[in-house]
Parts: sequence; C-alpha cells; structure tokens
Amino acid sequence: MTVNVLMPALSPTMEQGKLAKWLKSEGDHVKAGDVIAEIETDKATMEVEAADEGVLARILTPAGTENIAVNTPIAVIAGEGEEASSAEVPAAPAVKGEEERKGEKERAPPAKGEEASSAEVPAAPFAKGEEERAPPARGEEQRPPARPAPAPAARPVAPEIPADATFASMTMREALRDAMAEEMRRDPNVFIIGEEVAEYQGAYKVTQGLLQEFGARRVVDTPITEHGFAGLSVGAAFAGLRPIVEFMTFNFAMQAMDHLINSAAKTLYMSGGQINCPIVFRGPNGAAARVAAQHSQDYAAWFAQVPGLKVIAPSNASDAKGLLKSAIRDPNPVIFLENEILYGRQSEVPNIEDFLIPIGKARVAREGKDVTFVSFSIGMSYALGAADELAKEGVEAEVIDLRTLRPMDVAAIVASVKKTGRCVAVEEGWPQCGIGAEIAAKVMAEAFDYLDAPVARVTGKDVPMPYAANLEKLALPSIAEVVAAARAVLYR
Amino acid sequence: MAAASKVETEAGEAAGAAAPALDPEQELAAYRAMLLIRRFEEKAGQMYGMGLIGGFCHLYIGQEAVVVGVRMAARDSDQFITAYRDHAHMLTCGMDPKRVMAELTGRRSGYSKGKGGSMHMFSREKNFFGGHGVVGAPAPIGAGLAFANRYRGDGSVSLTFFGEGAANQGQVYETFNMAELWKLPVVFIVENNRYAMGTSVERSSAQTEFSKRGVAFNIPGLRVDGMDVRAVKAAAGAAIDWCRKGNGPYLLEMQTYRYRGHSMSDPAKYRSREEVQKMREEHDPIEQVRARLIADGRTSEDELKKIDAAVRKIVADAADFASEDREPDPSELWTDVVM
Repeated sequence: MTVNVLMPALSPTMEQGKLAKWLKSEGDHVKAGDVIAEIETDKATMEVEAADEGVLARILTPAGTENIAVNTPIAVIAGEGEEASSAEVPAAPAVKGEEERKGEKERAPPAKGEEASSAEVPAAPFAKGEEERAPPARGEEQRPPARPAPAPAARPVAPEIPADATFASMTMREALRDAMAEEMRRDPNVFIIGEEVAEYQGAYKVTQGLLQEFGARRVVDTPITEHGFAGLSVGAAFAGLRPIVEFMTFNFAMQAMDHLINSAAKTLYMSGGQINCPIVFRGPNGAAARVAAQHSQDYAAWFAQVPGLKVIAPSNASDAKGLLKSAIRDPNPVIFLENEILYGRQSEVPNIEDFLIPIGKARVAREGKDVTFVSFSIGMSYALGAADELAKEGVEAEVIDLRTLRPMDVAAIVASVKKTGRCVAVEEGWPQCGIGAEIAAKVMAEAFDYLDAPVARVTGKDVPMPYAANLEKLALPSIAEVVAAARAVLYR
Repeated sequence: MAAASKVETEAGEAAGAAAPALDPEQELAAYRAMLLIRRFEEKAGQMYGMGLIGGFCHLYIGQEAVVVGVRMAARDSDQFITAYRDHAHMLTCGMDPKRVMAELTGRRSGYSKGKGGSMHMFSREKNFFGGHGVVGAPAPIGAGLAFANRYRGDGSVSLTFFGEGAANQGQVYETFNMAELWKLPVVFIVENNRYAMGTSVERSSAQTEFSKRGVAFNIPGLRVDGMDVRAVKAAAGAAIDWCRKGNGPYLLEMQTYRYRGHSMSDPAKYRSREEVQKMREEHDPIEQVRARLIADGRTSEDELKKIDAAVRKIVADAADFASEDREPDPSELWTDVVM
C-alpha cells in the first residue's frame, strides 16, 4: 500500500506554498510523526510530518519548488516490504483555476458506496509549526472559499496616482504594514496595540517586523481583553497619542463596542469639540472561510451608521496603504475594515513618498456606460468579476469602489448613475439596513429621475454564516448573482 | 506583594485612625472647596426641580471629602476622570462653576456648548477627562491616560474614579490586569457610597472590601474613611507617590455616603431615614472640618460665615448665569461631530 504525502495548508487561507527543504531522502524509513520536510509561505514556515509508517519511496517535488498548490502530492510513502520503485507515482494535478475548483465544490459529495478506497485516498499529512506556530484558534486563517480573485498584480485605477508613477507589486498585508511603519517613523505618538501584534508578528502577520523596528514601547502586545484595551487606547488617544488598535478580527470588537461607540465616536461632540480621539481600530472584517457564524460577519453597516466615526474598507493594496496612512493622521476615530481573504492578494502600489488617499473619496475602478456597480472591500471581486462576464456580451458596467463607507462619496455614485441609469450595490454583509440599502436610498433621493430601473442589491444572505462548504457558498454573494442583478436592471 | 504591603502599612499609618492634621490654610481650603460642592449641588437640585436642568442629574452631596482630599494630594498635571456623578470633580479641578451650571441647563456657554449635559463634561485645559455616562467606562479610559503618561515619561498620574457599583463591571478587571502588567501610573479610586443605585453593597458584591479587589492582580489597596478629608488626602498622597515612582497602579476604596438618591429621580426608599440622618450628624465631611477649625481657635465663626457667603454668591451667580444664558445656536447641532 502506498500513501501520497500532499502539500498541506499551513492555514485555512493558504492556497500554495514553497517546499523549502526535505529532511528525509528517498529510501529512508519513516514513522508516523517524523518530520520529513519544511514548507513555507510569505507568512510562516512549518514542518511536514509523515502520517504513516513506511519508506519514503519517491520525492515528487524537489526542494526549492515554489507555488505548489495545496493538496498536490509531494512524496510517496510505501508500506513496509514494498518495493520503493514499485510505488505508483500519482499524476500531480495542475493548479486549477478558480472557476474549475468552484465547479468541483458544486458537485454533490459521493454517495457512501462510491467513496474511494483508502488506498487511493491520499492521507493528509499533519503540518506542525516550528519557526512560526500555527495561529491560535481565535486567529486562525481560513481556507479561501471559492471566491473570485482579481487578476494578479492589478494596477489600481485611482485619481490619486499620477500617470508617470512607478509601481511595486505587494500584498495588502505588506501594504498595511508599510503604511503603519511609515507613519510610526513620521510621528512618535503613533503606536500599535493589540493581541499578538508584537512578538507573534501579528495573528495574520500584518504587523510583521514592527516590533523589531520600533520596540516594545510602541508595539504593544495585550492580554485577550478587547473591552479593556479598546477603552485604554481611547484614553491614550484622549491624552494625545495616536493608537492603532488591532482587533484580531472585528468579530471580537463586539466585546469593545461600548468604547468604540460611546467613548471614541461621541466624545468630541459631548465635549463641545474639546476632546478628540485620534485612533484607528483596524483588523480583518467579514467572512473569511469555513469559520461559521461567530467569526464571519461584516460589520461595515454597523459602524457606517455611527456619527463621529469614519469607516474605511479598501479592496486592494494601494488603497489600503494610502487610506491607512490617512486614517492614522486623521484626528477622528477611524474604523479600518480589512479582509482576511484579501491580505495575501498582490496588487501594485505606487512608489510615491507619503502616498495618501483622501478619506471619503470613491474611485471608478472600471468605466462603463450601461450599469453602475457600487461595492467595497472584497465585494469588489464580485463586481469586477461580473463586469468581466458582462463585457463578453457587450454590456459595459461601471464599477465604483467606495473605499470609504463613512463619509460616503454619494456624489460619485450619483454621477455614475446619472450616466448609466442603473445601479447594483454589492456587499458581503446582510441586506437589512446594509450598505446597499443606504446606497439605494441615496440614489433614489438624488438620482430618481435618472433611474431606468429600481436599484438592485446583491448581499450576503439574511442568515448567520453556516459552516458547511456548500451552504457557506450559498450564503455569500457570487459573480453569477451580480450578473443576474445587472441583467434584471437592464431588463435583459 | 511585599512592597505592596509596605506601602499599605505606610499609607495606613498615614491615613489611619489618627489622620494627620492639615495645616490651617489647608483646612480652610478643604472647607471652602467642599462647601462649594455642597452648595452647588443643592442649587442644582433646586434647579432640576424647577425644570431648568433636564435628564439625569446625580448629586455628590455627602461625598465631598473624597474628590477634595484627592485633589489636595495631586498636581495640576495629573488627570482626573470619573463617571456621571461628576459636578464635584469639575469644580475641584478648577472649572468655572458658571460654565458647569450652564452645561447642566443646556446652554451655549456650558463646557460642552450644551451638548453634553450633566454626565458629559470635559476640560482639556484643566486635565479633566469627563464625565462619562457608562458605568465602568472611566476605568480603562483612565488607565489609557496613564498609558500616555508612561509612554511620554512625564511623571503625571491618572486619578480614575468610579463607584463601587462600577467595580463589579468586567472591564474594571481587564483594566486592573493591564495597569499592573504595564505598571501604569493610575490611582483607581472606588467611591463606595454603599448603594449602586438602589442595590446595597451587601446585595451586589461577593467581596465587599473593595480595596481588596486588586489583590488578584497584585495591585495594593487601601480602605479609607472617605468622610474625613485628612484621611483621604493622606491616602491619596501615598498612592500618587507610589504611582509617580513607577510602581504601577494603586487602589483606594473611599468609604463614603451620598445623602441624596442615586439621581434626582430616585426617592431612595431602599434605605432608612435614620441611616441617612446618622451619617449626616456623625460623619458629615464638611461639619468635621468646620468643628476642627472652630476648636482650633484660629478660625472664627465670622470668618467661616464670610466663606459661606462667598460660596453662596459664587453658586447664585452660576445659577443666574446658567438660567439667563442662551440655548446653543441651532447650527451647533451639526458641529463637533468630526474634526
């Protein structure tokens, strides 16, 4: 009996990684639990353990190979007494396109009798942390769902970027880190505080390297105590410091809601303009993947309702950097909603010193004349994906990335709707009283006479996020739903 | 805890049964400061009854020695923060009684331009950081002020007040943990007036000695006679000194009593008239000072009457000002939402 060793996922969001080195050679005897290889991603390095006893019959992926898709066979372990050379070499699957994988997920699981025999089912190896331990359950990254990814290293279309700018490709994770580092160099009052931000280098590795550069005085690990450290940071901001508060995810910010709303957002008003609160609350927001209801909620609409707050939700690395820098300099409390799925996505960031994007300005991510899509954060993936689909049938969708949710750039939406006459709002959050509901109301109030159809909304479904892969997929919006909504408002 | 015990002993000796005497100037200053609070709050109560003050209004009558004693031990650069029973803290921090009263009446000259009211008032100039309406919220915010002090190394101490009712809030313990972990210069002052609204300490608290509430976090604590301004000043002085030296937080339980209800709308049926009367007759913080001043022989009844008159005039002027001042301009509705 032979068993394939598969490329493991270090974290639920990992899609591919590098095989750093083999610790065993072909022909070596291995026992279950033996470390046979090391793999790495941009986030971490981990050890691969053998899950079975036997002989390492074949190494299928040489050390140093990069971009190995998760679940690709990387080695074969043969049972005792089996000829190593006789071990069947599985065909390495090509890295599948997103659409292909989605198609697979849609298929019904095999019926009991159809299940493949254990000999054919590759045993998933355990991945054990070494240099970087796996993030704690609270902060565990999630395997990405079948959600659309934009073209790699997409060059951002934004009015803030001059035509002659040069670009560097980076992940949103790196862009956020650079923004914080630049602002910390610029202003000694800026510090970062939160769970695992310092020694652990961030549960999602967004604060990587900050402790090393700025020291423990300015990169502060907290106990797991959201209510407390949110309130404490508000106090520090009242006293004139500029805290960047990282919530491991915004789900946990619920414990701190009183200080975000009652203390941070309202005090400027309640003090007659005397006490401002220059603070940024940031972290991943919204659904990641397969973490179910309590870890998969989009709070955009909640925060966007509150006067006294500014709310930002970028969709790409460039906007993330320029807006986070602006948020840190802003004298008001800013809720900065990131997205875990987007952290690892590459896009181009302009090489501009002090690259600032003004808060409250949307951008036209794609021009078109037939229908306006309005979205933000990961919702942009559906909007842009649908625009691509529709382009194939000759429909030109204009896609607006709100970037900031409060203050909302209603003028940009209205200007586009006046051109297209049709509007679809796209978000992963719930429909009732959502961002789309607000967009619909604003468009109705300010562009009613220009509308050729009612505003349509594509949202997350009105249910808590389910765990099962198929139900989760149903709960989230999709490109198909955006396309369908566009056809509906186009009466096609 | 060895160090903590030592300080406890020192402060205990300093603030024990025989509280160290104040010099005559200090006694007079304390008398005047407490009297201003008493008269101001009485006037606020009257004005509430007349409909000039709306909403919630929590009076400090009976608790005057606490904030006055702490203030006497603090520096101007130290920050004060409390919850909603806050008028006294503002007056003691040197905020203008006229503008405090104008805020109570919701007028344009109030400290918050009439937009905050009784529970939400601030003065950056006087290092008074509110004035917070949510029970327990001042604890982490006050620790955050201390975090800024430590970050800057400026030697200031945060004086963070909350009631014994708030001491049952979870965020207080989250704050204790961080404050001790990071050695923040903050004195937590629990004003134990024995009733969290209508619920007595005995009915709400498994551990009724609030000075011990920091034990699990190694925060030294001291129980203080909060009706004796001398004891308060001595204990606060030791606690502030402990913090200023970089030893971390300190917890003071001030045993005090409010004569009025929780707020103006509370008839206080949960305690007997005799209980209140006994506190007023035997422990009144102002009468204690007055008696000492007279007994000392260095202050005459006439002198005290002059102080009484001066204080009454300040309060009457504040009331007049707050009654006559105009309401905020309607345009103020839209200002100060964001900068």
